[in-house]
Amino acid sequence: MSQDITGSVTTETYTDSKLTGYRVTQLIQRGAIYLILIIATAAFLIPLVWMASTSLKAKQNVMAMPPTFIPDPVMWSNYPVAMTSPGFDFPVLLKNTLLYAVLETFGIVISCILVAYSFARMRWPGRDFFFILTLASMMIPGVVTLVPLFVMFSRMGWTNSMLPLIVPGFFGSAFNIFLLRQFFLGIPIELTEAARVDGASHWRILWQIVVPLAKPAIATITLFEFLFCWTDFMGPLIYLNRESLFTLSLGLYAFRERWQIRYDLMMAAAMVVTLPILILFFMAQRTFIEGIALTGVKG
Amino acid sequence: MESTQKQRKSLSQIVRTNAFKEAVLGILFALPWLIRLFVMNIYPIIAAFYYSLTDYDILNAPRWVGFDNYIKMFTFDKLPMKALYNSAYYSLGAVPLGLLLALFLALLLNQKIRGLSFFRSVFFIPAIVPAVASSVLWLWLLNPRVGLINYGLTSIGLPRVPWLSSATWIKPAFILMSLWGVGWTVVIFVAALQDIPRHLYEAAEIDGAGTWSKFRGVTLPLLSPAILFNLVIGIIGSLQIFGPAFIINRGPTGGPQNAGLFYVMYLYQQAFQYINMGYASALSVIIFLIILALTLLVFRSSSLWVFYESEGRK
Repeated sequence: MSQDITGSVTTETYTDSKLTGYRVTQLIQRGAIYLILIIATAAFLIPLVWMASTSLKAKQNVMAMPPTFIPDPVMWSNYPVAMTSPGFDFPVLLKNTLLYAVLETFGIVISCILVAYSFARMRWPGRDFFFILTLASMMIPGVVTLVPLFVMFSRMGWTNSMLPLIVPGFFGSAFNIFLLRQFFLGIPIELTEAARVDGASHWRILWQIVVPLAKPAIATITLFEFLFCWTDFMGPLIYLNRESLFTLSLGLYAFRERWQIRYDLMMAAAMVVTLPILILFFMAQRTFIEGIALTGVKG
Repeated sequence: MESTQKQRKSLSQIVRTNAFKEAVLGILFALPWLIRLFVMNIYPIIAAFYYSLTDYDILNAPRWVGFDNYIKMFTFDKLPMKALYNSAYYSLGAVPLGLLLALFLALLLNQKIRGLSFFRSVFFIPAIVPAVASSVLWLWLLNPRVGLINYGLTSIGLPRVPWLSSATWIKPAFILMSLWGVGWTVVIFVAALQDIPRHLYEAAEIDGAGTWSKFRGVTLPLLSPAILFNLVIGIIGSLQIFGPAFIINRGPTGGPQNAGLFYVMYLYQQAFQYINMGYASALSVIIFLIILALTLLVFRSSSLWVFYESEGRK
C-alpha cells in the first residue's frame, strides 16, 4: 500500500507483498476446506459410531438424556443375546446369506465372462443388435418385471427356495456384461490376434490371455455382486417366506418387527449384519474405489 | 444341376470355415444371456402389459377385464396417485440434493488436500451399509423423544421434529437418509474430476479465467457425462424407493396419513398381500412408462448440456 504513495517501489518488494497476500488467502481457503471436510466427516461417521455405541449399552442406559457415546457398563453380552434371539438365528442366517451371495456371484462371474468375450471378440450375426438390446435392458426398471417373474417362479414351484435368487445369476446380467465387454475391448487386439494366428482356440485365449489381463474388472464385478446379494432385501422378501431360509437382511427386518423397543439389541443385530461388509471394504478398498471409477466414468 | 452342386459345395465349405465356427461358438457363449434377456426381461414386460388387462390371482387363469385396472387406479382408488406423489416428492428431493452434495464434497476432495483417500472412504462407507441395517439405525437416530438428531437440534436451540410420525416430515426424513448414502456418487465424481487434464486449467488461467469461470468453463462441461449418468441412475432408483420405507413403516403400510406410502410399496401390497396380480401389473406398467419417459427426456435434453470430449475435438 505504502509503495503506491511513495511511487518509488521496487518490483521485488511489490511481488513479495503480493505473494504473502496470496499465501494468506490460500491459507484461509485451505483452512476452510479442512474445516468443512471435518464437519462432513463427523456427519457421515456419527451415525455409525452411534450404532456401535448403542449396541454396547445396558438396557437402562440406551435412552439416557443427554446421550453419551461411551457405554458404561460395556454390555458385550448384547451380541450373543441378539444373535440367538427368536427370529434372528445368526448361524442359519449367515449360512443362507453366504449360500445366496457366493453361488449367485459365482454364476454371474462365469457367465458374464463368457458373454462379454463373445460380444467383445467374436463375430456372429446379430451380435451388435443384441448388444444394443442388452444396453436397453439396463433401463428397464426392476418393478415392471417383478410380478411376471414372481408368477413364473411360483408356477415353476421355485418360491420359498433360493432358486429364484441364485439360478438367474448363471445367465448373466446386463450391467456386468457391459462392464466386462468394455474392459475386454481395451485389451490390445494384437495380443489375441497373435494367439489366433498361432492356432489357439477362443476358449484358450479367453481363459489364458483375456481373463488374467482383466483381473481388475473381474474383481470389481465379483465384489459388487457379492455386496448386492449381501444387502439385497427385496429379493429375499418376495421369494423366502420360511424362517429357515431367511438371509441376514431379512432376519434383521424380522428382528425389527419383534423387538422394536430394544434399540440396544437391534443395533447389535445391525452391527452384525454391517461388520462383514465393512471388513470387506477395508480389505479391498482399492478394488471398491477403482471399480466405481470404472463403472461411473468410463461407463 | 451344376449350379446347385456348386452351392452345396460352398455351403459345406462355409460350415468348415473359421468364420462359421466362430459364429456358432460366439452364439453359444452368449446363449445364457440371450435366454435371460428374453425370459427375464422381454417376456416379463409383455406379460406385465397382458396381466394389467386382467384379473389374476395366480391360482386361477387370468380373466380379461379390459382397462378396468387402469380406470380403477386413476379414479376411485385414491392411493396410487397419493403413492406416486410421495415417490415423486422423494425423488425431487433426493436426486438434486444428492447430486449437489456429492458434487460439493467431490470438489472439496479435488483441492489437492492431504488425506484424500481417508475422507473419500469416510464418505463412501455409509453407502455400503446394508439397507436394513441403515434403516433400523435411522429409525433410532430419528426417534422423536430420545433420538440423536433431535437431541442435536434441540441443543442448538431448534425445535424437535416429529420425523417419522408426522405426515409433513416423513418424506424429508427419507431424503435425509438417502443423503447419508451419497458416497457412491462422490467417488464417481472424484474419479471424473481427476480425469480432467491439467493443461485445460492452465490454458484457462493463461486466458485470465478466475475460479468461477474455470469451474463453469472446464470442470462442469467435463463432469457433465458423469452427472448425466448419476442423474439417470438416481431418477430410476429413487422413483422405485422401497426397502428403507418398507422396513421403517414395518411392512407395506403408509405411515402417518399414508404420507410414507411409496409407489412400489403400494404395488407390493397389491401383488403380495392381496394377490391382485392384474392390478399390480397395471401399477407397474404406469411407473414403467413414467420412468421410460423421464429417462428419454433426460437423454434428449443431454445434447444441450452434456459435453463429450470427442465432440470437442471435431
